[in-house]
Amino acid sequence: MSGMLDRVHDLYDELERHRVMLSFKGELSPELITVVLGLVERKLDAIEPDAKSRKRVFNVVVECLQNLYHHNANLRVEGDGTQPTKDPHGVVMIAHADTGYSVLTGNFMVGGEVQQLKEHLDRINSATPDDLREWYRAKLSDGTYSAAGGGGLGMIDIARRSGGKLEYAFVPYDRDSAFFSLNVNVTT
Amino acid sequence: MEPLQLEGSPKTPYVHFDPATGLLELKGRSIPENSIDFYKPLIDWIDKYGRTPNSKTALHVQLEYFNTSSSKCILDVFKKLEAIRAGGTEVTVLWHYEADDEDMLEAGEDYAGIINVPFKMIQIAEVDGQ
Repeated sequence: MSGMLDRVHDLYDELERHRVMLSFKGELSPELITVVLGLVERKLDAIEPDAKSRKRVFNVVVECLQNLYHHNANLRVEGDGTQPTKDPHGVVMIAHADTGYSVLTGNFMVGGEVQQLKEHLDRINSATPDDLREWYRAKLSDGTYSAAGGGGLGMIDIARRSGGKLEYAFVPYDRDSAFFSLNVNVTT
Repeated sequence: MEPLQLEGSPKTPYVHFDPATGLLELKGRSIPENSIDFYKPLIDWIDKYGRTPNSKTALHVQLEYFNTSSSKCILDVFKKLEAIRAGGTEVTVLWHYEADDEDMLEAGEDYAGIINVPFKMIQIAEVDGQ
């Protein structure tokens, strides 16, 4: 039991050191996303004086949470492997950094979709802001919807508002799944 | 034809479409997970309205936030208006954005570049939450 208690302190210490404003791990429902967004908005109102920055960070959090919700293999870690979950499952963390804010998300995705996502992220990272705007406009007007109901616009929008490169990693797991981690730095 | 009115929610905008005046309003925030479900009744309404539109039709868009899944649906709303305009009705989109929100102004400009309907960009002080 004392080991567990030490871990509470370690966790607190860790969250404090990384200036985490909010973190959540578990199953995500639309209702829960509404609650998390409400908390993020209140925090930002309290600490970020610049309205444009507040909006950019909030927009990135909205898109990241919705990516987490829609592109999710509904798995969680158990022992050395994974177990299915009823709802989309993942982790989200929003931290204050010297240059702005970090929005971190992590979730399991279908292994077969990793390559496509990686190529998409690399293409976004090699694009200039003008390229991104052009690309967004072209995708917006092409008249197609993706399976999730968007138009494959989410990551492009996140990159446009971030103003930096998208940092990502994939960790392969069993059952043709991979853990996808994304760090979006929003410079303010 | 009946007006369409929906109260705003933390994730969906206030909607008021009035066939008698030709005034259509979309205000607040549009960040639902399933935007298609939310926008389908709006698009169906405009479709029906387009059969006997008011000689002057104006859509006011005053959004504080919208997500990328809404952006495609909003484009579909504009496309319906484009079709109504092609039928000879005077149609205008009034795109409201907060003074400090250049992202929202850019988004309006992007739509204006895609859709063949005159857009008026209107700078406002601040959008009330929801």
